[in-house]
Amino acid sequence: MEKIKEKSLYDELVSKGISRRDFLKFCTIMGGFFGLQQSGIAQIVEAFENKPKKHVLWYHFQECTCCSESFLRASHPIVEQILLEMISLDYTDTLMAAAGKQAEDVRRKALEEYYGKYIMVVEGAIPTGNPGYCTIAGEDALSLFEEGAKGAEAIIAWGNCASAGCIQAAYPNPTGARPVHKLFSGKPIINVQGCPPIADVMAGVITYIVTFGRLPELDNAGRPSNFYARRVHDSCYRRPAYDAGLFVQSFDDENAKKGYCLYYMGCKGPNTYNSCAIIKWNEGVSYPIQSGHGCIGCSESGFWDYKPMYRHLSNIHGIGIESTADKIGGILTGVAVGGIAAHAAATNIIKHKLIKNRMDDISLNVEEYERDKELSEKGNSCGISDDNSLTDGKQLK
Amino acid sequence: MITTNAQLQEVYVWQLPVRIFHWVNALCIVVLCVTGFVIGDPPAIMHATQPEENYWFGWVRLAHFIAAFVFMTNFIVRIYWMFAGNMFARWNNYIPLTKRQWRGIFETVKVDVLLLTPKPIYDIGHNSLAALTYSGVFVLMAIQSLTGLGMFYASSDSIVAPAFVNGLQSVGGFFPVRYVHHVLMWAFVLFMVVHVYLVFYHDYIERNGVASSIIGGWKFIDRRLVRLYRKRLFLERRKREMKKGK
Repeated sequence: MEKIKEKSLYDELVSKGISRRDFLKFCTIMGGFFGLQQSGIAQIVEAFENKPKKHVLWYHFQECTCCSESFLRASHPIVEQILLEMISLDYTDTLMAAAGKQAEDVRRKALEEYYGKYIMVVEGAIPTGNPGYCTIAGEDALSLFEEGAKGAEAIIAWGNCASAGCIQAAYPNPTGARPVHKLFSGKPIINVQGCPPIADVMAGVITYIVTFGRLPELDNAGRPSNFYARRVHDSCYRRPAYDAGLFVQSFDDENAKKGYCLYYMGCKGPNTYNSCAIIKWNEGVSYPIQSGHGCIGCSESGFWDYKPMYRHLSNIHGIGIESTADKIGGILTGVAVGGIAAHAAATNIIKHKLIKNRMDDISLNVEEYERDKELSEKGNSCGISDDNSLTDGKQLK
Repeated sequence: MITTNAQLQEVYVWQLPVRIFHWVNALCIVVLCVTGFVIGDPPAIMHATQPEENYWFGWVRLAHFIAAFVFMTNFIVRIYWMFAGNMFARWNNYIPLTKRQWRGIFETVKVDVLLLTPKPIYDIGHNSLAALTYSGVFVLMAIQSLTGLGMFYASSDSIVAPAFVNGLQSVGGFFPVRYVHHVLMWAFVLFMVVHVYLVFYHDYIERNGVASSIIGGWKFIDRRLVRLYRKRLFLERRKREMKKGK
């Protein structure tokens, strides 16, 4: 293939008919996401205008492709464009025109040509059980992943599957599905969490990497802090109802119509770090809680295992029927009270002698009475009044 | 050992800080359990009103947080007192390192739990099994404090907040932490039930005033047992001196 000068993103957008005005608008939105000053926005503009596009290899493993769907359906024209055009998407098996051998050849070529320079994007979890659980062109997911990760500059884990295993890794995890960060280390890995992640967040992450040439700051779960620093609960517009103790009791009651808090209905907003309540979905139209349904916590690892979705406290696995901690706690307390009653009864029976022997009414203690009587017959006063120390030496009358 | 005409002697067992710790802790645990239940499963006592007119759930949470900070401060003071207090309050009561403590644990199980022999056994401070249980409770208290702080600082801008939030996220986020925090609450409920019963039991069987001792600090102990303790303490001290002398 003939070598041509690598195009910048801006060139690409102009050739696609996007105006400079729209382009600048987009840069400003992204700057807002990162919390940049106005001068920082110029940095984004400059990066898009001048920097060559990043090479990206996009892998799909065990997943439903909802991450791809999420940004393909982004209504902001540039968001989708940016994801597909800002980067030089060399390989993505679901979207590329080539198929079969040609597609795989492109991948192998890119792996060699851009070794150490490309960004690997992973969508989906990787099964570690039987290699046959997930294969692409006859190769199993794990070896494809390892091959790709070896030469990557950085790895972006798109969505909950790649970041934490999502539903594939949920109990009992029959395919042994594992997220990226549990299979590979040594390269920077960024977890763009969510099921799916918000399209603007996906665009934001790519923009950041292209602009600054490094990964954004990550939290301890590997998520970019720009978008995952706040809980849905803390940025929720229904939060005042929570503080006031106004809860929806069922999805069709009066409280639901009034827009009370969905906490009682199992809303996982208090557990979940994501920016749904701020950026919202579908060009800021709405997000789950605004539509009357609780948050399911899709940007947290293992959220499938903390079911049911419509109650706050999770079930306990492995104890026969599904039970909550409260039920088991209540039963255990009942057992403890029952055990105590039994123990108390047993104590009174088994330690009968010990208890009885000291419970005698002193006025009816025959043994002592006989002893005292004997003493008084011998001319001694009885033993009781002999000790006057308690009465300051005075005789008792 | 003790017969009807045993010679009893008052022994000052629980010092004031220990008694204060006990009652503050008891009060905090009750408040934390009740408010914790309400927070975990809020009752629908309000409807047909506007958020700006109410704040009751906020107050419940505030009560939980205040009780939690009192609970933790109290716990820290108690940990200090484990190193500064008398022999019945010291840390080594709670960790069974000696043969005597292990023997005590088995004896207590035999005599008081399984009721295998009718005679009571006597200790001046905690019996060894109770002390081991309390060290379990101390561990639970530490876990509850840490998981609680992790969740509390998620919506705080305190300077220590980032450390706790990072910790929270590196153990898997809110889901497991909230879960552990809730399940362990039941351990406290169970402990309370059994603890109160056993106080009644010992007070009834041993007649040493154990129930009132946590109010006044005094227990009534057989003189012979006190002498035994004195002898043991004397021998231990002598042994330490000999070692130092070497």
